[in-house]
Amino acid sequence: MRLGGSGTSDDPRIAEYQSRRDILEILRRARTVAVVGLSPDELRASNFVGFYLQRHGYRVVPVNPRTEDILGERSYPSIADIPFPVDVVDVFRRPEVVPAIAEEAVAAGAGTLWLQFGVISFEGAEIGGRAGLRVVMDRCLKVEHARYMGRMHWLGFNTWQVTARRAWSV
Amino acid sequence: MAADQGGELGFDTRAIHAGQRPDPYTGARAVPIFQTTSYVFEDTDSAAAYFNLQEYGNTYSRIMNPTVAAFEERVASLEGGAGAVAFASGLAAQAGILFTLLTPGDHIVASQALYGGSITQLKHLARKLALDLTFVEPDDSEAWRKAAHDRTKVFFGETIGNPAGNVLDIEAIAAVAHEHGCPLVVDSTFATPYLCRPIEWGADIVVHSATKFLGGHGTSIGGVVVDSGRFDWSNGRFPVVADPSPAYHGLAFHETFGVYGFLMKLRAETLRDLGAAMSPMNAFLFLLGVETLSLRMQRHVQNALGVARWLREQPGVLEVRHPGLEESPYRPLVEKYLPLGAGAIFTFELAGGREAGKKFIEALQLWSHLANVGDARSLVIHPATTTHRQLADPELAAAGIGPGTIRLSVGLENLTDLLADLERGLSAAARLATDATVALPRKPSAAVDPEVVA
Repeated sequence: MRLGGSGTSDDPRIAEYQSRRDILEILRRARTVAVVGLSPDELRASNFVGFYLQRHGYRVVPVNPRTEDILGERSYPSIADIPFPVDVVDVFRRPEVVPAIAEEAVAAGAGTLWLQFGVISFEGAEIGGRAGLRVVMDRCLKVEHARYMGRMHWLGFNTWQVTARRAWSV
Repeated sequence: MAADQGGELGFDTRAIHAGQRPDPYTGARAVPIFQTTSYVFEDTDSAAAYFNLQEYGNTYSRIMNPTVAAFEERVASLEGGAGAVAFASGLAAQAGILFTLLTPGDHIVASQALYGGSITQLKHLARKLALDLTFVEPDDSEAWRKAAHDRTKVFFGETIGNPAGNVLDIEAIAAVAHEHGCPLVVDSTFATPYLCRPIEWGADIVVHSATKFLGGHGTSIGGVVVDSGRFDWSNGRFPVVADPSPAYHGLAFHETFGVYGFLMKLRAETLRDLGAAMSPMNAFLFLLGVETLSLRMQRHVQNALGVARWLREQPGVLEVRHPGLEESPYRPLVEKYLPLGAGAIFTFELAGGREAGKKFIEALQLWSHLANVGDARSLVIHPATTTHRQLADPELAAAGIGPGTIRLSVGLENLTDLLADLERGLSAAARLATDATVALPRKPSAAVDPEVVA
């Protein structure tokens, strides 16, 4: 059974794309996160995630052809248009378009393909995985940061983390 | 220890550790009691981010508090939920769920065997807020199905009914609720997550009166709501959760927070507006209780079964209604949902009706006569002369209570001492029966009155 709050899908194949070790590595090492489908509307989930990542020191690169800049960063029409390397491609798009986004992430040399809650595409995940990218699926980048390094436990959410160590940050 | 842990660590480990990390500032090992109303913001941007719900931050203890949060996460972990929100009482927690999900004209389907306080709350809220309410026979899944209609928003039952001890077929009723696009809300106070975890059987929301076994000490009033994080609030039936909220500049809680949408709404709107927050001191006391939950429940269950088996052999006892007894009609459901035991609260029927009930209670020296359950101490009450005293016998019967019904909440004392005290009570009741027969020879004995036995 899926752990409460971990994701939206009960598909057993998804566990392969939710490795704790991978998630911790990504959170620790990533500096630049391209958010595909980042909305300029500050009430949308993608904007919440982008805003949160900026607050926690990540550089957010909006990928949205319909707007000039979001969260104070220039927005690019596609991943291919970003003129510098990105560590993570974080996807807020419909599952059908994920394979094409995965191809772009591979071509751009990204280290990680991250598919948000409900963005479930095994085809896209395989494209990333075959090219050596770390792939995370049906998890929220903000929630995972808050679970391991942040303050998710301040609001009574189940982090599934237990430790008797004084410094819990990783 | 690494591990994706929470899911793999055992129940007892999580009962002691989940939700609480050693305090990073002081190193305090016990949960600090953060007895503060409010929290200093780092800067204005942070304050804005907290109020906009863009960052997890403490603002005001009516809405969140670190001691209370430790209790919330611990219970969420034990129940297997996405998170929890604590309230000032169990009834406040229930009101919080209903306030979050319902608008005037909406319909609730609830078990008719709920705790009397819950029935009163539902009836009262329905009248005040123009809600529609149907009580159904909880053992009959068809009755739940037939009661639901287009405006139905909530199915509500208890894992173990109070006081009748009926066991809810959670998996079956959850399926019916989901057929109608509704969540199943289960009050699991009598079971605790040690004996049953309703979310594992398909329930969507679990509510507890923490006042009872979770605390176990009878010192504090509190309640807690656990959400599975699995219900689809965007199924068209719950615009209150899915649609833009006027209270947060048009924020759509389910879309933005996904599996945490209901919990965010419950905390940031309902708890904020109703104000029935759990105090940090009470959260601390509940945490102390939860640390020993499994050990206490093992003893509660063992003592309760011991008392039930002894009682059914006593001549002055007409019937013992403990769902864990071999002859109970709930035995198959107990084996499925409550393999570690069917709780520690049950009723039995005393021969001799109301007067016998009074004499029985008055003769007890060790069992405390009071209106609570789930304490370390053994508790007893005679509904016909206390909680239900306004009702005539036929009305009592409709509530599943006879004039001689006694409700026990079996505590952690030595079983032999508990039995010796009950024997004292039964002797007093039996003496009355003999006297009554002498004084009123033509009146039929209550013991053989079929209405009483029913």
